[in-house]
Amino acid sequence: MSTQPVVVLDDVSKSFTLHLQGGARIGVVAGVSFAVEAGECVVLGGPSGAGKSSILKMIYGTYRCDRGHIRLRDGDDAVDVAAAQPRRVLALRRSVMGYVSQFLRVIPRVPTIEIVADAARDSGLDGDAAMMRARDLLTRLNVPERLWALPPATFSGGEQQRVNVARGFAAERPLLLLDEPTASLDAANRKVVIDLVNERKRRGVAMIGIFHDEDVRDAVADRILDIRAFAAPHAA
Amino acid sequence: MSTTGYNFAYLDEQTKRMIRRAILKAIAIPGYQVPFASREMPMPYGWGTGGVQVTAAIIGHDDVLKVIDQGSDDTTNAVSIRKFFAKTAGVATTTRTREATIIQTRHRIPEAPLREGQIIVYQVPIPEPLRFLEPRETETRRLHALNDYGLMHVKLYEDIARHGHIATTYAYPVQVAGRYVMDPSPIPKFDNPKMHMSPALQLFGAGREKRIYAVPPHTPVKSLDFDDHPFAVQHFDKPCALCGAERVYLDEVVLDDRGGRMFVCSDTDYCEERRAQGHAGAMAPDGARAQPGEAGHGR
Amino acid sequence: MAADDDLPLLSVRGLTKYYGDRLGCADVSFDLFEGEVLAIVGESGSGKSTLLSLLASELAATSGAVRYRFRDGVTRDLAALDEAERRHLLRTDWGFVRQDAREGLRMGVSAGGNVGERLMAVGARHYGDIRATALDWLGRVEIDAARVDDTPHGFSGGMRQRLQVARNLVTGPRLVFMDEPTSGLDVSVQARLLDLVRSLVRDMGLAVIIVTHDLAVARLLSHRIMVMRRGFVIEHGLADQVLDDPREAYTQLLVSSVLAA
Repeated sequence: MSTQPVVVLDDVSKSFTLHLQGGARIGVVAGVSFAVEAGECVVLGGPSGAGKSSILKMIYGTYRCDRGHIRLRDGDDAVDVAAAQPRRVLALRRSVMGYVSQFLRVIPRVPTIEIVADAARDSGLDGDAAMMRARDLLTRLNVPERLWALPPATFSGGEQQRVNVARGFAAERPLLLLDEPTASLDAANRKVVIDLVNERKRRGVAMIGIFHDEDVRDAVADRILDIRAFAAPHAA
Repeated sequence: MSTTGYNFAYLDEQTKRMIRRAILKAIAIPGYQVPFASREMPMPYGWGTGGVQVTAAIIGHDDVLKVIDQGSDDTTNAVSIRKFFAKTAGVATTTRTREATIIQTRHRIPEAPLREGQIIVYQVPIPEPLRFLEPRETETRRLHALNDYGLMHVKLYEDIARHGHIATTYAYPVQVAGRYVMDPSPIPKFDNPKMHMSPALQLFGAGREKRIYAVPPHTPVKSLDFDDHPFAVQHFDKPCALCGAERVYLDEVVLDDRGGRMFVCSDTDYCEERRAQGHAGAMAPDGARAQPGEAGHGR
Repeated sequence: MAADDDLPLLSVRGLTKYYGDRLGCADVSFDLFEGEVLAIVGESGSGKSTLLSLLASELAATSGAVRYRFRDGVTRDLAALDEAERRHLLRTDWGFVRQDAREGLRMGVSAGGNVGERLMAVGARHYGDIRATALDWLGRVEIDAARVDDTPHGFSGGMRQRLQVARNLVTGPRLVFMDEPTSGLDVSVQARLLDLVRSLVRDMGLAVIIVTHDLAVARLLSHRIMVMRRGFVIEHGLADQVLDDPREAYTQLLVSSVLAA
């Protein structure tokens, strides 16, 4: 019953230097500071291109930070993702944080059910429990059972996205980063995602999300953070 | 000397010394292939030039030499080598295993047990047992040096995989004194157990490949195998058709062009001796009697 | 995984190789931990293959050190191993999957013999057990058991690579080197091999150092990526970080040239 936040961003900045375009420097965000508590869902708001996705990627370690700290609670430790060794970040990804992206990126040839069950196993579920979790999620997300044994490469965009969501929710971790997981879902499946998010919240999972659909946003957000407040100065 | 102009036993003394040094080293490191400066001999490679050089280096005036080829004393190869030493060293020769002090052999070990003081000299065509799987000499030497013989078992594995049993029936690899893996020359695997703890000194000479190796008396010689495919010698259903001997190595002799055949001792001396003692096989001619052993040359 | 106090499996410091005056690779340092997959990427001539040979102690370094933590827990300098120890390590605790299967396999020996060789080299002497293990491994790399007695001559490129994988993993190694294992294979065959390698790596907890010029391979298999250019490591980090947020100009060029979308 700790009252420490699950994740704290402290004065985080990000820019890209595009060497192939004459070293142009593109500011993305600057001075990002906020914290998320266990059981809280913070939705990042702002126009597209404002850097919402970049913030999630910095927390996950996919993007480097130019400045600042991203402190993640791992048991009794607080680990600064911005400064941690790759190995430490990988360990955090296994046990502390999950990421649901807009795109399904998987190895070809792996059956759908295995992709989801693998994700469950990655967070420590054993074989049978992982398989049960996978079946349950695919069923809830209306992925027809006849597809489960097939690799998702040939699925429609919506089907792939639902497999992706199932995979993202297969693991149980204290922090979940949601990068437009409902982007191409119909209303019924958006509702499933809303339920999944709210179930996790009740179990104390902290979430940071990007949702373009207002109905989803309103149904899950405890707080909406307008990141225009963290706009980077547009310097070349 | 029965032939003028030649040194005793053909080779000059310096060469014999060189070969003896190689032999001593080979005896000191059982199963290890010692390189030596093989000389041109007055016979083609494949006719026993390695064995002849070893014999020439160790033979003395008092030795009695026996030469066999495939167990037989009277094949061309055996006869010409025997004559070679009768001529160049003037030593006594014999066909009797127990009378010989030096036995030079191609492809057999005599059936009569060898005794202390005897030396058996093997003619070796390819001394390297690993050659089948590893063509690089540098690599095979390293494998020997590192006692790294997994490859040898790969060869036996391949045999079983292809034939259901270890199909290698001659030149069957052995491990000498728990260390070096050695090619026993193309003797039938039937003869392998005779090498184990033999009281005789066993010397191996490969002329073309320029290698000498040895098994000292009373040295363990183990034929490689698998736990579930243990080494076993060939088994013959019938005894020798001439002398009735069992548990000896038999050759097939074709009698006619209508499929007639018989199996007889490969070791002709052994067979003759048994017949002389009155043993007779199923196809022994009536009133069979032993041929007298070939008379010794020289002296 | 509270593993920060763990010791690395492989520890590389200042590794440098000159071929005469020509630089092979310079001042490479990194740690590799159990279960980690490190991809070394770069173009031909970048020094990545030289580095792999140095790491696998096939090549002697001009300077620098490679240290490995053995199963007994003791970390030793690989340069100090004698030849027998080095060979033992290479075929028990290590594996090496070659680009050219003809270098990594015995082409004249059956598939079963190829897989069984390492077992026999470390003393296995029960034919039935060796064969059963070989058959099990052929199954794990998706080679039909009916091919167990065939030599790799008749195998497709993909099958040969999978046979190499089986031959190397049969002794349960902890570290496997892979040199462009998928190059020269059709795309669909590549996918199958990658999937297989990925699942075996995870199931066995293998550490892998894979050299590849294919960034897609690096993304699929590796946790970390090291980018080499002209003998130097110019960028090193989490795989997705290097690919999605490349810092160096050269890495940005590589990523933008190779990855679509």
